[in-house]
Amino acid sequence: MTLFGHVVSLPALYGQLLIGLINGSFYALLSLGLAVIFGMLQIVNFAHGAFYMMGAFAAYFLLKLTGLNYWFALILAPLIIGAVGAVVERLFLKRLAGFDPLYSLLLTFGLALVFQGLFQNYFGASGMPYAIPKELSGAWNLGFMFLPVYRGWVIVASMAVCFGTWLVIERTKLGAYLRAATENPTMVRAFGVNVPRMVTLTYAFGVALAAFAGVLAAPINQVRPGMGVDILAVVFAVVVIGGMGSILGSILTGFVLGVLEGLTKVFYPEASNTVAFVIMAIVLLVRPSGLFGRAH
Amino acid sequence: MLDASARSTTVLDVKGLQAWYNESHILHGVDLDVGEGEVVTLLGRNGAGKTTTLKAIMGIVGKRSGSVAFNGQEMIRLPIERIARLGVALCPEERAIFASLTVKENLFLPPQIARTGGMSIERIYALFPNLRERLSSGGGKLSGGEQQMLAIARILRTGARFLMLDEPTEGLAPVIIEQIGRTIAELKREGFTILLVEQNFRFASTLADRFFVMEHGRIIDTFASAELDGRMGMLHEALGV
Repeated sequence: MTLFGHVVSLPALYGQLLIGLINGSFYALLSLGLAVIFGMLQIVNFAHGAFYMMGAFAAYFLLKLTGLNYWFALILAPLIIGAVGAVVERLFLKRLAGFDPLYSLLLTFGLALVFQGLFQNYFGASGMPYAIPKELSGAWNLGFMFLPVYRGWVIVASMAVCFGTWLVIERTKLGAYLRAATENPTMVRAFGVNVPRMVTLTYAFGVALAAFAGVLAAPINQVRPGMGVDILAVVFAVVVIGGMGSILGSILTGFVLGVLEGLTKVFYPEASNTVAFVIMAIVLLVRPSGLFGRAH
Repeated sequence: MLDASARSTTVLDVKGLQAWYNESHILHGVDLDVGEGEVVTLLGRNGAGKTTTLKAIMGIVGKRSGSVAFNGQEMIRLPIERIARLGVALCPEERAIFASLTVKENLFLPPQIARTGGMSIERIYALFPNLRERLSSGGGKLSGGEQQMLAIARILRTGARFLMLDEPTEGLAPVIIEQIGRTIAELKREGFTILLVEQNFRFASTLADRFFVMEHGRIIDTFASAELDGRMGMLHEALGV
């Protein structure tokens, strides 16, 4: 098959589709966290990449210092980093409620630089390896390609967590509180719901999603202080394309954009790093509130 | 003036209540009280501070001072959600139906605050039959009358026995106003205590036990419904009706 002057082999196509799906898994998890946080707090959380990186580091340290393996890290790292997020919300973001969103944007941007700088200072810019858990090593032969078990796991785990989050927000009582408080927090408080605590927990949950993605990423990429910065730009493009604050939009756009990036790598590799931003520019021109966003 | 001791127990006792929105000082020392099982109506022109009085009781203002006691408990320093948990419910003027929630989700949203539970869902459907048919509709798709019924139904489920209703008839058709009037009368028979803000003077006169008249963020007069006829001249002047 030939396209744009490139000869395209089917194995390469499948390979890139798989890589696209895996990248999409991370985009979806990260942009979902951003959407949850933006919906409730109206905050563009620039520290999200830093929390993703800290999730991976938490997994690394849990293994190095306490011997707790990948499976423990998958649960504990989001809890630990989520708690850090709760402290950040209580100490800093809470004080900025009611101010121009620009302040919280600058604050989270600054925090991201601080966290990243600290890790870089202690661990340097190069990465530390984190082994694939032995239960997930090896590969499956699908006939048309080999699928590394761990990569399959990442896709399944990400989809499960994204779907679970969507289900909780759209179909449960807790989710109804969240949606209602997004619309009119004062009225929800007037019904006797502790909305300030809910805001803190929502931020912590969004941060925990980033940390979870960080743990998933640790065995694929290395654990590096800069890993969050690299991915965050694309994730913001995903959030803008999906529509700020849209839960379903962020999940679907995350996966679709990952796959589109993969396809671009096959058919027109030169554009693979820019395709997300080209799509973002087009969406902004045609539908400024995003594909799934409500017009304000 | 009625002698307070002649009435049943005081549920709400407001003294010297002042309230601010940002820099503007809206309430300049409001004094009012509501007895158990009473329907009390706040009258006054637009901007007299009626809605702010309800919001200040609920804790939804920038800053407030004075005293708001509910069943003897001081609430002036409590956050909104604690006040709600004591059994104070507000049905706001704008109704505040959540558009991103279904009618059913709206109805079941407020947590039950009383151990005994609130009004049963069957009773609520009997009071507002339209709601049952619209349960799966989006909250944003309701007519004004349906929104108002949902807004009242929502707080009945919680078990709160003290209801503050802010202009429940505003902008509604006469037949709906009648239905809401019947509902409030029925709630009164069941012993609910109600603080009502109402521009529709005729509507309020059929329900209220007592009236408070507000002007410029203060209470300027109070009288029982039996004295209503004698006050008509003053009311016409104060309310411009």
